[in-house]
Amino acid sequence: MLDAILNGLGGLLAGFQSLEWRSLVMLVVGGVLLYLGIKKDCEPLLLVPIGFGCLLVNIPVADIMGKEGFLRVIYNMGVDTELYPLLIFVGIGAMTDFSPVLANPVTFLLGAAGQFGIFLTLLLALALGFDKLDAVSIGIIGACDGPTAIYVTSKYAPHLLGAVSVAAYSYMSLVPVIQPPIMRMLTTDKERKIVMGSVVGQVSKTTLILFPLVITVLGGLIAPKGLPLLGTIMLGNLMRESGVVARLTKASENEIANIVTLFLGLSIGATMSGGAFLNPKTLLILGLGFVAICLDTVCGVLFGKVMCFLSGGKVNPLIGAAGISAFPMAARVVQREGQKYNRKNFLLMHAMGANAGGQVGSVLAAAVMLSVLTGMGVIPH
Amino acid sequence: MEMDNVTFGITMLICGMGGTLLTLWIMSLVMGVLRKVFPYKKFHKSEEGN
Repeated sequence: MLDAILNGLGGLLAGFQSLEWRSLVMLVVGGVLLYLGIKKDCEPLLLVPIGFGCLLVNIPVADIMGKEGFLRVIYNMGVDTELYPLLIFVGIGAMTDFSPVLANPVTFLLGAAGQFGIFLTLLLALALGFDKLDAVSIGIIGACDGPTAIYVTSKYAPHLLGAVSVAAYSYMSLVPVIQPPIMRMLTTDKERKIVMGSVVGQVSKTTLILFPLVITVLGGLIAPKGLPLLGTIMLGNLMRESGVVARLTKASENEIANIVTLFLGLSIGATMSGGAFLNPKTLLILGLGFVAICLDTVCGVLFGKVMCFLSGGKVNPLIGAAGISAFPMAARVVQREGQKYNRKNFLLMHAMGANAGGQVGSVLAAAVMLSVLTGMGVIPH
Repeated sequence: MEMDNVTFGITMLICGMGGTLLTLWIMSLVMGVLRKVFPYKKFHKSEEGN
């Protein structure tokens, strides 16, 4: 009988006995993510479920990422099938107003320049010894776009999902800290003071409705591998602009996006088990992610300088920094920086154009990347 | 045949960056055309019933 009691008590101690140092470290990491989300308001919608998922998966014996564990079921349901990032994209499309970029279509080009960091970081990752598909997934952090990074990584390098997602979302929320020093370093005082006129003209409803349709068909024909990404964001935008499916638009930007965000966050946290996450590669990925966002800003501002030169000094190069996907955070950073040097300067609407261009640009860059990879035979048709 | 990392990286750089820029440039042209074909018109409320 004593044996039975001791065995029973042993069952209560099994968790403590199986606790490894890696799990302990990851419990602390999960705690840090929760702290950043709750106390520092740093992307809380994602960092809270990610942090909690990280706690859950690092408690030994429970095996909730095992074959029938509930986190495994949630993971298989939407990360394995790539459904979660796509559903989030429908919500993003429903929330995004593309009229600033349509009012000034040339700002689309700034949205392209803001993605160059993806490809430069890919080169760096290859130079550091990562294999091709790992390098692609690391480079995509430079899209500054969480769902795109998750979509590509879950498809081609699922073992890096935790590190890539944490890097993508953390640096996205650090855009107001990362960008201003780079913007100041690359521009002269005179350039920062350039006053841009008001955004000319409004956009007709027909154009706003045709925009998602044209982008889907054109983008889908050029880069068919990225059609799920492009198609879902544009579906959301079509619902918004058509105005005839208000209930679906509302559900996409609220209920569906919220539920999927919860499942996605938990799934990402679930990939952060000590054994998989604690290795030198993770640190390298976090470092390369930082470089990617910096390079995006550098390329965007340099492209802004080119536009400034070509326009005879009418374009303020600071708006180039907004050509990334962090919407509308990057545009606000540009507005704030511009006003520091000229209080009468209102760059917001121009920067919003570049920022909306960056939103489409990041999805298109991923789509182009996947199609080029298919063309080269690196990923199957 | 397995492609080496240098060839892969350079190809991705050229085709990826070039492809993204080219695609967005084409899209900006199409958007410009759409704006011209469907210009913004201010709607005036009918005075009927006022």
